[in-house]
Amino acid sequence: MENGVSRRRFLTLTGKMVAAGMLVPLGSLIGLSNGARAAAPKTDWPKVWEGKQWGFVVDTEKCIGCARCVKACKEENGVPMDEEVYRTWVERYVETGNGVSIDSPNGGLDFPPLGSSTKKQFFVPKLCNQCENPPCVQVCPVGATYRTGDGVILVDAARCVGCRYCIQACPYGARFLHPKTHVADKCNWCYHRVSKGMKPACVTVCPVGARKFGNLKDHDDPVTEIVEKERIRGLKPEKGTKPQVFYTGLDEVVM
Amino acid sequence: MFGFIYPNEIEVNWGLFIVLYPYLTGLVAGAFIVSSLYHVFGVNQLKPVSRLSLISALAVLLVAPLALISHLGQPLRALNLMWTPNPVSAMAGFGYIYSFYLIIVLLEIWFMYRKDIVEFSQTRTGMAGMGYNILTLGAKDVSPEALHTDHKVVTFLAILGIPSAAFLHGYVGFIFGAIKANPWWSTPLMPVIFLLSAIVSGIALLIVVYAATCKIRRRKIDFDCLMAMNKYLWVFLIAAFVLEILEVIHMAYEAEEEWPAVRGLITEVIPVSYFGVQLAPMVLSFFLLMLARKGSVHRVGRQFLTILSGSMILISVLAMRFNVVVGGQLVSKSLSGYAKFHMPLWHEGIIPTIGFLVLPFVILAVLVKVLPPWFDTEEALEPKAERERSLGEEAEEELAPDLWGKIANTALSWIGLGGLSRGD
Repeated sequence: MENGVSRRRFLTLTGKMVAAGMLVPLGSLIGLSNGARAAAPKTDWPKVWEGKQWGFVVDTEKCIGCARCVKACKEENGVPMDEEVYRTWVERYVETGNGVSIDSPNGGLDFPPLGSSTKKQFFVPKLCNQCENPPCVQVCPVGATYRTGDGVILVDAARCVGCRYCIQACPYGARFLHPKTHVADKCNWCYHRVSKGMKPACVTVCPVGARKFGNLKDHDDPVTEIVEKERIRGLKPEKGTKPQVFYTGLDEVVM
Repeated sequence: MFGFIYPNEIEVNWGLFIVLYPYLTGLVAGAFIVSSLYHVFGVNQLKPVSRLSLISALAVLLVAPLALISHLGQPLRALNLMWTPNPVSAMAGFGYIYSFYLIIVLLEIWFMYRKDIVEFSQTRTGMAGMGYNILTLGAKDVSPEALHTDHKVVTFLAILGIPSAAFLHGYVGFIFGAIKANPWWSTPLMPVIFLLSAIVSGIALLIVVYAATCKIRRRKIDFDCLMAMNKYLWVFLIAAFVLEILEVIHMAYEAEEEWPAVRGLITEVIPVSYFGVQLAPMVLSFFLLMLARKGSVHRVGRQFLTILSGSMILISVLAMRFNVVVGGQLVSKSLSGYAKFHMPLWHEGIIPTIGFLVLPFVILAVLVKVLPPWFDTEEALEPKAERERSLGEEAEEELAPDLWGKIANTALSWIGLGGLSRGD
C-alpha cells in the first residue's frame, strides 16, 4: 500500500516535471521571461521621467582633444578598450591651406601632437545625438531600440537580434556591433548614471567643461540657458532627425 | 581606407551574406516571373521551362534566408522578427513576406504536380511510393474535372505570385532605398532597380540552368524556348540598365553635397566591379542577345551567344548586389573618405558564400529527381544519346556517377562549341 502511494506520487511528480519542462520553452516564446523580469523591484519609469528632457551641449571652442572622455566612456560602459568601436570619439580638424584634414586615430585616443600652425585647427567631440526623430528606432525590426520618456535612445540587449540595420540607418556613425555581446551598442548618455541624478562619465571627466549635460525642461539649468541664449546647431539638420546634442562654435566643415 | 571615416565605420557591417540575400531572392523572383509568363500570359514557347523555373525558384528560395540568419549577431533570436515585429521598420515584414511567398510557391508546385504525384504513388514501389503517397496529401482524384480545378488553381496562384514576387524583391530594394543616411542607397528608384535586375537575373538563371540540364540529360535545347528567353532577357535588360544608369546620372547632374563622395566611390573605390563587372557585361549582352536573334547567324552560334549572355548577366547582377550592399557602406557618412572591405575566407567569407551559391543547385538536383520538370518527347533526344539507349543503357543512370565530370566536359565543349554542333 505504502508502495502504491509513493508510486502514485512519483508518477504525479514526473508528470508535473514533464509538463513544466514543456512549458519553459513555450513560455519563453510567449513572454514568461518578461514576467519573471517584472518580478524584480519595479521602477516607476513615468515618474522618473516626469519633468525631465535631457539635453547635451558641446562647446567645440573649449575642447582640447585630450580624449579623457573617450577613455572614461569605454571604461564606464564596458566597451573593449582595444577594439575599434566607440560610444563617443573626438575628431580633429586642421586647415592645411589646401582644404581641411580630418582625423580621429583610435577615436581620438592616439592623437599625435598638434603642429604649430597659425591656421584654423580644432577638435569636435561626437556622441549619440539622441535624436527626437531617430532613424535607428524607426528601422529596428524587433523594437529592441526605443526612446525613453526623458529623451534618451536605449538598446535592449536582450531583444536585439544583431541585424545591424540601425547601424546603417544612423547618419552619424554613432552605432556599432558590440564585439562581445554581438548586439547593437551606442552612447546612452550613461543612462544608468543620469537616471540616478549623476552626470554622464564623459561630462564628469572633461577637464575644460566642453561637454555639458542638463535638463531642458528646467529653465535654470546651465545647459538650458545655453540652448536658449546662445547660437547653437545640431549635426546634419538636413536629415530631419532633430539631434539633441547642441554644438556651439561649430565650423561648417564638420559633418 | 582613405580620407576620413567615422571611427565606428572601420568595420563594414553588412558583408557577403547580405550581398547574397538580394541576389538569391532576385533569382527567385525572376524565375517565378518566367513561369508566370507561361501560366498567366500564355507565352507558350516557354513551356519547356515552365516547371523547371518554379522548381528552381523553390531551390533558391530555400537557401536565401540561411544567408540572412547566419549573418545575425544573435541568430537564435531570428524569429523575434515574427513574434515582436516593429510595424514601422522596413525590415520587420521580412519574415511574413518570405513565408507568404514560400507558401505560394509550394502550393503552386503541389497543384502543378498533383497528377504526377498521384501517378508516382501508384507506380513506384517501396519508400519512394510511400513518399509520393504522403505528398499526395490524400488527394488522389485525377478525374478530368479535378485536373481542371488544379489548372485553375495554378493559374490563380501564378497570378497572385507575380505581385508577391515583385513585392518580395522590391521590398528588399526598399530596405536599402529608404536609408537616408547612405547616399549610395537612398533613392526611391531602388525597389524598381532591384526588381528589374531580379527579373533579368532570373531569366538568365533559367537560360543557363535549362541549357545545362539539356546538356546533362543529352536532350536537344528547344530553340524557340531559348529564343523566347533571349527576347525577354533583352527587354528587361534594357529597362534594368536604363534605371541603374539614370540613378547615377541624376545624382551627377544635381551634384548635391554627396555627389563627390559617390563619384569617388565608383571611379576610385569600386571602378572595376562597377564598370567592369556590373555595367560592361550588360552592354555586351545587349548586343550579343540582339545578334543571337538574327536569322542569318548559325543556330549553334545563336544558342551559344544566348547562353553566354545569360552567364554574363548572372555575374553582372551578383556584382551589382555587391556594389550596392558593400559599395554603399564604403562611403563614409562623413562624406570625407572611404572604408576598406576585407573579404575574409571563412567567417562570412568567400568559402561559405560559394557554399550558399552552390547549395541551391544541390537542392535543385534533388528536386528534379523527386518532381521531374521535363516535358520530353522521343524526338527531342540527341542522336548520340538515342544510340546509347538503343544499346540498352539508360543514359541518365550512366551519367549519374560522374555528374561533375560531365558538367566540366559540357563547359569545355561550350567553349570549343564542339558539343553543340553535334546537337544541331
